[in-house]
Amino acid sequence: MATGTEPTGTAPRGGGVRAPGRAAIAAPHLRTDRWWLAPAATAAGLLAFVVYSTWRAFANAHYYAAPYVSPFYSPCLAENCRDMRAGPNADLFGSWWGISPAIIILIFPLGFRLTCYYYRKAYYRGFWASPPACAVAEPHGKYTGETRFPLILQNIHRYFFYAAIPVAGVLTYDTVLAFRDEHYAWGHMGLGTLVFLVNIVLIWAYTLSCHSCRHIVGGKLKHFSKHPVRYRAWQFVGRLNARHMQLAWASLLSVALADFYVYLVASGVFDDPRFF
Amino acid sequence: MSGYEARFKVWRGDADGGGLEDFRVEVNDGEVVLDIIHRLQATQAPDLAVRWNCKAGKCGSCSAEINGRPRLMCMTRMSVFDREETVTVTPLRTFPVIRDLVTDVGFNYAKAREIPAFVPPAGLGPGEYRMMQEDVDRSQEFRKCIECFLCQDTCHVVRDHEENKTAFAGPRFLMRIAELDMHPLDAAAEAGLDRKSTAQDDHGLGYCNITKCCTEVCPEGIKITDNALIPLKERAVDRKYDPLVWLGSKIRRRSP
Amino acid sequence: MAAVERQQWDVVVVGAGGAGLRAAIEARERGARTAVICKSLFGKAHTVMAEGGIAAAMANANPHDTWQVHFRDTMRGGKFLNQWRMAELHAQEAPDRVWELETWGALFDRTKDGRISQRNFGGHEYPRLAHVGDRTGLELIRTLQQKIVALQQEDHRETGDYESRLKVFQECTVTRILKDGDRVGGVFGYVRESGRFFVLEAPAVVIATGGIGKSFKVTSNSWEYTGDGHALALLAGAPLLNMEFVQFHPTGMVWPPSVKGILVTESVRGDGGVLRNSDGKRFMFDYIPDVFKEKYAETEEEADRWYDDPDDNRRPPELLPRDEVARAINSEVKEGRGSPHGGVFLDVSTRMPAEVIKRRLPSMYHQFKELADVDITAEPMEVGPTCHYVMGGIAVDSDTAAARGVPGLFAAGEVAGGMHGSNRLGGNSLSDLLVFGRRAGGYAAEYAAAATRVPVAEEQVDSAAAEALRPFSAEGLEPDAGPPENPYTLHQELQQTMNDLVGIIRRAPEMERALEKLAELRTRARRAGVEGHRQFNPGWHLALDLRNMLLVSECVARAALERTESRGGHTREDFPSMDRAWRSVNLLCRLTDPTGGLAATDPVRGQIDLVRETTEPIRPDLLALFEKEELVKYLADEELYE
Repeated sequence: MATGTEPTGTAPRGGGVRAPGRAAIAAPHLRTDRWWLAPAATAAGLLAFVVYSTWRAFANAHYYAAPYVSPFYSPCLAENCRDMRAGPNADLFGSWWGISPAIIILIFPLGFRLTCYYYRKAYYRGFWASPPACAVAEPHGKYTGETRFPLILQNIHRYFFYAAIPVAGVLTYDTVLAFRDEHYAWGHMGLGTLVFLVNIVLIWAYTLSCHSCRHIVGGKLKHFSKHPVRYRAWQFVGRLNARHMQLAWASLLSVALADFYVYLVASGVFDDPRFF
Repeated sequence: MSGYEARFKVWRGDADGGGLEDFRVEVNDGEVVLDIIHRLQATQAPDLAVRWNCKAGKCGSCSAEINGRPRLMCMTRMSVFDREETVTVTPLRTFPVIRDLVTDVGFNYAKAREIPAFVPPAGLGPGEYRMMQEDVDRSQEFRKCIECFLCQDTCHVVRDHEENKTAFAGPRFLMRIAELDMHPLDAAAEAGLDRKSTAQDDHGLGYCNITKCCTEVCPEGIKITDNALIPLKERAVDRKYDPLVWLGSKIRRRSP
Repeated sequence: MAAVERQQWDVVVVGAGGAGLRAAIEARERGARTAVICKSLFGKAHTVMAEGGIAAAMANANPHDTWQVHFRDTMRGGKFLNQWRMAELHAQEAPDRVWELETWGALFDRTKDGRISQRNFGGHEYPRLAHVGDRTGLELIRTLQQKIVALQQEDHRETGDYESRLKVFQECTVTRILKDGDRVGGVFGYVRESGRFFVLEAPAVVIATGGIGKSFKVTSNSWEYTGDGHALALLAGAPLLNMEFVQFHPTGMVWPPSVKGILVTESVRGDGGVLRNSDGKRFMFDYIPDVFKEKYAETEEEADRWYDDPDDNRRPPELLPRDEVARAINSEVKEGRGSPHGGVFLDVSTRMPAEVIKRRLPSMYHQFKELADVDITAEPMEVGPTCHYVMGGIAVDSDTAAARGVPGLFAAGEVAGGMHGSNRLGGNSLSDLLVFGRRAGGYAAEYAAAATRVPVAEEQVDSAAAEALRPFSAEGLEPDAGPPENPYTLHQELQQTMNDLVGIIRRAPEMERALEKLAELRTRARRAGVEGHRQFNPGWHLALDLRNMLLVSECVARAALERTESRGGHTREDFPSMDRAWRSVNLLCRLTDPTGGLAATDPVRGQIDLVRETTEPIRPDLLALFEKEELVKYLADEELYE
C-alpha cells in the first residue's frame, strides 16, 4: 500500500532538469552511489601532475644526469641548456631565452594532452563539472560546448598529434642514449634505462592510441575492403584506442616518474643502480 | 533466495506537478524493476502510467531513472540493490512528463526527421548491392540502437540546458549521421550533401564535449562516443579545419 | 456526447510493425494519403523481437535454392493446410522484398563476395535467412521506419509539411472499425496520452496488428499482442480462419520466473546448438516423425557433418519444424528428463568457441548474462516451449490481402491467416510481413482511389465512445452484480486458463472447461472497473483490451475443440495423429451477433459461430513440385486423383 505522499507541485521551477514541463523533482539528481568519487579522483590526479610538472618545468635544474635527460627537457632548444653529449640539444632559440628551456618544448605534449579526447572528458568532468557525473546536474546556467572560441580550438587536436610524433621520436632517441653509462660508454643499462624504456613504450602507446591517429590511419575511409593494409592498421590502433584512458594515465605517471628519477639522480639523492 | 518486501519510491504526477510516492511491495527471486512496477499496477496503483513493450531489452520502451541513473526497467535486476535500500523510480528528466513514468519523447522523433535519409547509389538496382562485411561493421554497430533514448536523456547538453534542444540533435542522432556517413553505399556526397559539415552546422556536433555519459548508459553497449561521435568530429575536422584538405577539395571538387 | 475529432485519409493502417509499415509505404507510394496508427511509440513494434532472419530464396549461400524449394518447405512446414497461393506469392516475392530493404539503407550480414549472407533455420532445406546477427527484426523495423521518415522528408520538401501524405499516430489504440453499410468507413480510437477519442474516416483500412500471445501466460510476445486486429475484424463482420493453430516456440527461457517465455532464437540451433535432456542425451533423434524421416540425420555423427557439408549429409533433427521440437521438449519434461527449472538443455558452449558465440548470438549472450546470470559460452541454457505466434487469423484473399466479406478491409502480417497453414517456419514471418504488407498497402490504395466516401454516421461514433468509456462506470451499470472487477486480475486468470487448458497439448474436457471459464470471465469483464482518469491510464487500456483477448481466446478454444486431429500448432492428446480428411477443412470463426452488440450469451454458445469450409484444391503445377510418395502422406485419396 502507499504509505505516504510527498507534497505535490511544490518543486521550484528553474532551468535544466527543473525546466517547466519536466517531472517536478526538486533534487538536482537522485543518484545514491558515490558518483563524486571518479571526478574527484580525476581532479586530484590531474592537479597533482600540474603542480609537480609546473615546479619541474620552471625549476631549470637537475634535469640531466648522464646519460639520462628528463623528458620534460627533451629536446632542449635554447642556449641555456645543459650540455649533453650526443644528447637532444639544438640551440634554436639562442641566448635571448632566459627562462627554463622546458617551457619551449612542453607546449607540444601539453597541447596534445589538453586537446586529447580522453583528457577533455576528464577535465570537463573533474574541473568544470560539465557534467560532474552522468545524470548529475551541472552548475552552469549556459552551455555552448565546443561550438565557439576558445573551446572550438579543441578541433586542432590532430596537429598536436602530428607534433607529438617527433617529440616521442626524440624521447625514443633519449631512451637509446640511456643504454650508455655515465661516461658515455655504450652497452650499459641501469634502473634509469628501464624507467625510460617503460616510459617510452607508454608514450608511444598513448600517442598511437589517439583518436585522431585512429582517424588518420584508416577511420576516415569509407571502404576498408579497398585498403587492406590501412584497415589492419586501423584495427590495431582501435585496439589500443579502447585503452586510451588507461594509457593516458599510465603515460602521465611514467613521464613524471622518469623526470623524477632524473631529478633524484641529478640532485645526488640517489645513485643510479647499474645492471651491467 | 526467497521473496522479501522492498521499499519503493515512484514519481507520480503530471505536467502540473507531482511527487515521489512511497510503496512497500513484494519482490521475488530473479525479478527486475519492471516486474515490481507491474506488481504495483496490479495490486496498489492500477492507473500507474508506464511505457513498456517487450520486457526483454529489445524495444527500448521502458526507459526511466532508477536511483537517479537512466536505465531500462526491464534490464535492471532487483538483485543489484540491497534489500534495505529504497529504490527510487522517476521518469526521464530531460523530456516533458506526461504522466507518472511516461514522458513525451517527441523531441527525438522531431530530430530523427531532420537527419537526411540514406541516399541510394545511382545505377544500382535492388539485388545489385555488394558490400563487404568489414565495410558494414561500423554502421551495423550503430544500428544495434534500440532507440531507448537513454543517451538523449543523460546528455547534459539538453538535460541541463533546455535552450539547446533546438540546436543539438543528441548522441542518438549524431550517431545516425555517423552511421550514414560510414555506410559503404550511401551516395549523399554524390548528391551534393556533405554529412560531415551538416553534423557540425545543423545538428550541433560542436555541443558534444565527449564526456561519454551516452556511452555509459547505452543498454546495447554501443561505443557511441569512441566509435561514432569522435570519428564524426574528426571527419568534420577534415572538412572544416584541415587547410590542406580544404584546399584540395576546393581545387579538385571531390572528397578524399 | 462531445463531438469527436474527425480526419479524412485515403488509407488507414492499424499497426506499425513490419506489415503495417510496409503497407503504409506502399500505399503512400501509390499516391494514397496514408495514416498509420500504433499502440506504442513508432519503432517499438513487436517485430523488433524477431531475431533469426528473413527467409527468401536468394540463393546467395546455396545456388540450388529457388522459390519452388522455398514453397515446398513452407507447405511441408504448414502440413499442407497453407493457403497455397499465399505460399506461392510469398516464396516468389520474398527476395525482391529483401533486396528492396537494402536500397532503403538496411545492412545485412554479408557473404565473402559481398552479398547478403543467409543462415540455416528449422524446416528450410537450404541456408535461406537473411539476417543481422540475432537482431534481424530490429533492422527490419528501423529500415522501414527510416524509409517512412525519408518519404516524409520528401513530402516536407514539396508541401512544407512532414505529415501531409503519411502520418504516424503514435500511442493510439483503435477500438472499432467504423462502417458505412457493408463497407469500411474508418476507425474509432483513443489517444493513450490524453484519453481523447478520434475518428479517422477512410474508405480502406489495413489491419496489421500482429498476434494474440498476451492471452497466454508463458509467451514470447510483447504487451501489445492482445489480438486487437483479430477482434476488430470479427466485430466488423469479417471471419477468422483456423484460429486453433497457435505456435509454441520450442525454446523460450524458463528461469527466472519473471523472464519465463522470453524467446531464445532458433538461430542458436541453426548455428550448431543442440538439445539435451537431463541424461545428457540428444533426444531429438527419437522424435523424427515419419513424414520427415528421409530429410533428417539418424546419427549424431551425420548431423554434425551436415554443418560443414550440407549437400552430402542430412540435417540434425534439432532443426525440425517448431511444432515437432516443441512437442518433443514437452514430452521429455513430462517424462521426468527435464532440467531443474522444467525445461531441457540447449547447449552451444561445447559446440562453438566463446568468441564465435558472442559474435553470432550477441543478444542471446547478453540476454542470458543480464537476466539469468547464465554465461552461454560456458554452460547450457535451460529452455522450454513458449507461446509465440498464431497461424490463424483474418481470412483474406491471397492476392489482394482483402478481408473476406467486408469491402475496404485488408489484413497483413501475423493477423492475417492462411499463409502458414498449421505451422509457420522460422524466418517466414518477416518475409510474410513484407510480401503481404506491400500487397495489402497497394490494393488498399487502389481500392481507396476508386471508392466513394460517405461520412461515418454519428450513432456509430457515439456507441463506440460509450463502449470505450464503460470501464469508468463499471459499478453503476449492474449494481447488484457486486464490486467492480480488477482488470489485471481478469487478465491473469485469462492467461492462466488459456495456458493450462488450451495450451500446447489439448484435451476435449479441458477445452470445454476453458470455454466455461471464458464465459465467466466475459461476464466479469463487463464489470471491469478502473480508477483515475483517461490520461495515460493503463488500467483502462487493459480493460478495453480484455474484450479483444476474450473474443480471440474463444475463437482459439472453440476451433481447437472442433478439430479432432493433431496437425502443426494444434496437438490433441485425444486425437494424436494427423488426419488426411482434415487437410481440406478450414474452420472459420464469425461473430454470433453480427449487429455488433456483445451481449454475454450463455457459455455453450458464446460469442463465436464456427463454420467448416473446404479448402481450394492445390493447383496441379504446384502439386507437381512434390514427389507422389510425399503427397500421399498429406492428401486424401480423392485429392490425389484430381
